[in-house]
Amino acid sequence: MNNEGVDKSKRQFLTSALTVVGAVGTGYLAVPFLAQMQPSTKAMAAGAPVQVDISKMETGQLIRVAWRGKPVWIVNRTEEVLATLSTLNDKLRDPLSNESTQPPYSKNPNRSIKPDIFIAVGLCTHLGCSPTFRPEIAPVDLGNDWKGGFFCPCHGSWFDLAGRVYRGVPAPTNLEIPPHRYVSDSLIIIGEDTMEKTA
Amino acid sequence: MKSNRWTDCGNWVLDRFPLTKLWNDHMAHYYAPKNFNFWYFFGSLALLVLVNQFLTGILLTMNYKPDAKLAFDSVEYIMRDVNWGWLVRYMHSTGASAFFIVIYLHMFRGIMYGSFKQPRELIWIFGMLLFVALMAEAFMGYLLPWGQMSYWGAQVIISLFSAIPIIGDELSLWVRGDYVVSDATLNRFFAFHVISVPLVLVLLVLLHIIALHEVGSNNPDGINIKEFKDPWGHPVDGVPFHPYYTVKDLVGVAVFLFFFATVIFYMPEMGGYFLEHANFIPADPLKTPEHIAPVWYFTPFYAILRAVPDKFAGVIAMGGAIVVLFLLPWLDRSEVRSIRYRGGIYKKALLLFVISFVSLGYLGTQPATPTATTFARIFTAIYFGFFLLMPIYSRWEKFKKVPSRLTPVISLEDRIPALIETFEEVTVKTPVTKEDGTTVVRRKPNFNGMANVVVRLAKKLKESLD
Repeated sequence: MNNEGVDKSKRQFLTSALTVVGAVGTGYLAVPFLAQMQPSTKAMAAGAPVQVDISKMETGQLIRVAWRGKPVWIVNRTEEVLATLSTLNDKLRDPLSNESTQPPYSKNPNRSIKPDIFIAVGLCTHLGCSPTFRPEIAPVDLGNDWKGGFFCPCHGSWFDLAGRVYRGVPAPTNLEIPPHRYVSDSLIIIGEDTMEKTA
Repeated sequence: MKSNRWTDCGNWVLDRFPLTKLWNDHMAHYYAPKNFNFWYFFGSLALLVLVNQFLTGILLTMNYKPDAKLAFDSVEYIMRDVNWGWLVRYMHSTGASAFFIVIYLHMFRGIMYGSFKQPRELIWIFGMLLFVALMAEAFMGYLLPWGQMSYWGAQVIISLFSAIPIIGDELSLWVRGDYVVSDATLNRFFAFHVISVPLVLVLLVLLHIIALHEVGSNNPDGINIKEFKDPWGHPVDGVPFHPYYTVKDLVGVAVFLFFFATVIFYMPEMGGYFLEHANFIPADPLKTPEHIAPVWYFTPFYAILRAVPDKFAGVIAMGGAIVVLFLLPWLDRSEVRSIRYRGGIYKKALLLFVISFVSLGYLGTQPATPTATTFARIFTAIYFGFFLLMPIYSRWEKFKKVPSRLTPVISLEDRIPALIETFEEVTVKTPVTKEDGTTVVRRKPNFNGMANVVVRLAKKLKESLD
């Protein structure tokens, strides 16, 4: 058979057209395949707010509750702690919380609605470990610079007792403050605030 | 040959499938250099461990439950109630660590003898891809027991993705399938661990071996053996892989299994290095263990991550530590492959690199104290210095003359007199009076002799570094 006189342009066109159609089809198929790994509707619905009763909390105590599967801390801070907080500013990366995530009502020096009650998502903003609560001052393992705060055991990030990150540690921003509001003096709802904002 | 039913049957297959050709190409007529030493055991051992992981892994899936509520208990069920379950589980968990020991030594062999250099760059690339796939496999497997270390280890590693600008948070959410590590994450990691990644591993092993057999094996002298051929076209310095190296590798397998079995039966947790203590506590999403560290084989890279005081830069450094290995064939400008003929500057650089890699591995298991972080930063600098300065210092090297033929291997028999001599030197015959009054001559350690041997070895090491 002689191939010399064959007009290949039609084959070329058909092959190219089929390749393009095939590529588009593959692209469309990739959407459900990739999207099926996104959080399911059930996982997205599991973010219901949590109620916490703090009437039995003692001064200096920390309690943990689970919200959306994450640990949320509630700390009852002492007067001394609040006095220390304002002296730390020059050691912190973001003392005024300009780069950090919090609802507007918590964007203040104490990062809380009530000065003594501190609420934060207990996950380090570096790689998501849950830092340990170390309220003591200058313990042996952390040295004299430690003024009480949260220490992340995974990669050594330091936070003060308002969840503000120190300079020179891996964590980039302050601890996240979840939306929350007070139903009464001793009852807090976490995951919901009066501002009707879905966080 | 007399024809009978069996040979007819065999011929029927051979007419339809190139079994003899495959066997000859890759085993019986594959000529490998005849001077392979200890370092050349680790390729076949890696294959052995891979088979071990497949067999024990399949058995484990028969009783394991990939469900956040059931996973931890199902592993304990395998350990306590399944017949021989403890053995299969320990073979699998010890196999994971053994895999990395074997692979690290295999990679070091490649760096030492220049096996990554022209024309074996693709073998090195396939090997590095295997290393990355193996790390993914090990990481996802470690989540499955759903212990504290499984959980928080996965939380940290998946959060690494969130350091990528713009798409980071979406990407880590997509990987987890939930806002935190949860049942969805466990279930998909199970799918990846038992189906996707093993398939990739098998494919890459095939590519690695096909590429190797195309260009031929390197050797401790780093010489191309194809330049001198006998009248039949076979390299004079080569021997057929089968039976010479199949038999030799069997000896390696026996020695390896001796150590492997010792670990499985007597120290399966390896003091918390192979199976970490915190992983015997079920996962608790509200509380990170006081001290978390990855399994030992990830610790060098983990120490690099921790050494950098910035989230994104830390992740880049950690990824870079692996990427830079891929580039090795193009970073090294030396004309000589083997360390035997390379200049002192490369030998010293390699020694420093090994010291910093091992030290980073140790630091990665320790808490992040300020002193430890300072050391980690120094060793991280050396790690990257070894690679990134290589284009410069590998040009300055003064090579020794490379012989055209392989150097003869000293047989074990010829080493015996020297070994006996050393034994005489480190021991001394001392008369000992027994309880019943008789005197016998016993060998006791001779500390002066030992010191002499150590000094001699140190001098030899120093000489060999020039």
